[in-house]
Amino acid sequence: MAGEEVILLSVYPSMFSMRVRIALAEKGVKYELKEEDLTNKSLLLLEMNPVHKKVPVLIHNGKPILESLIIVQYIDEVWHDKNPLEPSDPYERAQARFWADFIDKKVFDPARGIWATKGEEQEAAKKEFIEILKILEGELGEKPYFGGETFGLVDVALIPLYSWFYAFETCGNFKIESQCPKLVAWAKFCMQRESVSQSLSDPHSVYDTVLFLKKMFGIESITTQCSIFLL
Amino acid sequence: MAKEDVLLLDFWVSPFCSRVKIALAEKGVAYQQRGEDIFGGKSELLLKSNPIYQKVPVLLHDGKPMCESTNIVQYIDETWPSPPLLPSSAYDRARARFWADFIDKKLFDAGGNIWKTKGEDQAAAKKELIQILKYLEGGLGDKDYFGGDSFGFVDIIAIPLTNWFFAYEKFGNFKVEEECPKFAAWTKRCLGRESVAKTLPDPQQVVEFVSMMRKMHGIE
Repeated sequence: MAGEEVILLSVYPSMFSMRVRIALAEKGVKYELKEEDLTNKSLLLLEMNPVHKKVPVLIHNGKPILESLIIVQYIDEVWHDKNPLEPSDPYERAQARFWADFIDKKVFDPARGIWATKGEEQEAAKKEFIEILKILEGELGEKPYFGGETFGLVDVALIPLYSWFYAFETCGNFKIESQCPKLVAWAKFCMQRESVSQSLSDPHSVYDTVLFLKKMFGIESITTQCSIFLL
Repeated sequence: MAKEDVLLLDFWVSPFCSRVKIALAEKGVAYQQRGEDIFGGKSELLLKSNPIYQKVPVLLHDGKPMCESTNIVQYIDETWPSPPLLPSSAYDRARARFWADFIDKKLFDAGGNIWKTKGEDQAAAKKELIQILKYLEGGLGDKDYFGGDSFGFVDIIAIPLTNWFFAYEKFGNFKVEEECPKFAAWTKRCLGRESVAKTLPDPQQVVEFVSMMRKMHGIE
């Protein structure tokens, strides 16, 4: 679409930012990526997201769209001609939204607990994390994607988590693939898509960010600080 | 559409169930309703239809279950398009979903913190609720409804939660109208709609329910 101005306010290791980048890539949308420093948020970010002051923010022709799953749905509706992400049937769409919402509600707290805590608290987080992944494996079943034959909303919602697996495994001293082989197989399959491989952060860079956060804040206070970083 | 095609698994005081009932009423959809005994023992149908959360509301359409009230309201809007609840432009829809998400993340829990606590904790909870309502007033602006001239998606997501305000005000000893008059005016406007007035339980009954919950939590 000529004359469109699309800007994405983003943070490199943020899984939520990655979701939006994948969606934009799926649709072949050209955009300007602005990397935010969350310790020193830009005036643009504060103006565009005054309520939450968080990334990602998509700015389309000067108008802000907020919250990663809402942004992905917006992208799907505006650039609807290519690679639809939401199912066309209303019931299937409701199911997809349910699972995307489940991921948002359930995955990120235990995920954060794996790298931000230690001892018993960390063990509990690991256990919960694996349980959630197993539920998702159940939903995936034998399908190549959560969307069935086509890469869809739930795949977009979940796949950025894969870029953090190395950090989780190193911090938590465990292997996700041994407990959730199906999910890792799905992730590797998704990585064959250019939109995904180009949009996911490098796992070693993610791990470096985790180490930086742990050092900067000290492990005890990290869970409060995390919410600032949306990580 | 025959009445038995649409079934709602319900709990009378749940504002989340009220959202679904208001949406169905706005669309003129006939449906059956089955009250769940949340404390006594959830039905097999509920546990089978919502194995992840085991919560109401669940909407079964031709036997196919849908869970999470905001999700269900969107499904209702897409399946029975008239009158539309979500705006027509993609940008306005994204704004509507943002406010619905904000309300879902913040409002009910903030209210819960008021009736579940006392002293300093309660004072902090009241402050938080008022801040949330002020944000919502910002979203409302000078419009009659969040959707503009017509009652819509965000209004449906928000209005049932205000049904519990009487209880928050009683146990928290404050008045929403004094702090957020714009929000209070919007509330009155929505309560004037038949779909809302006929759906929401009597606020006094909600107070009694919350009072019972406080005893259960050992607060009173």
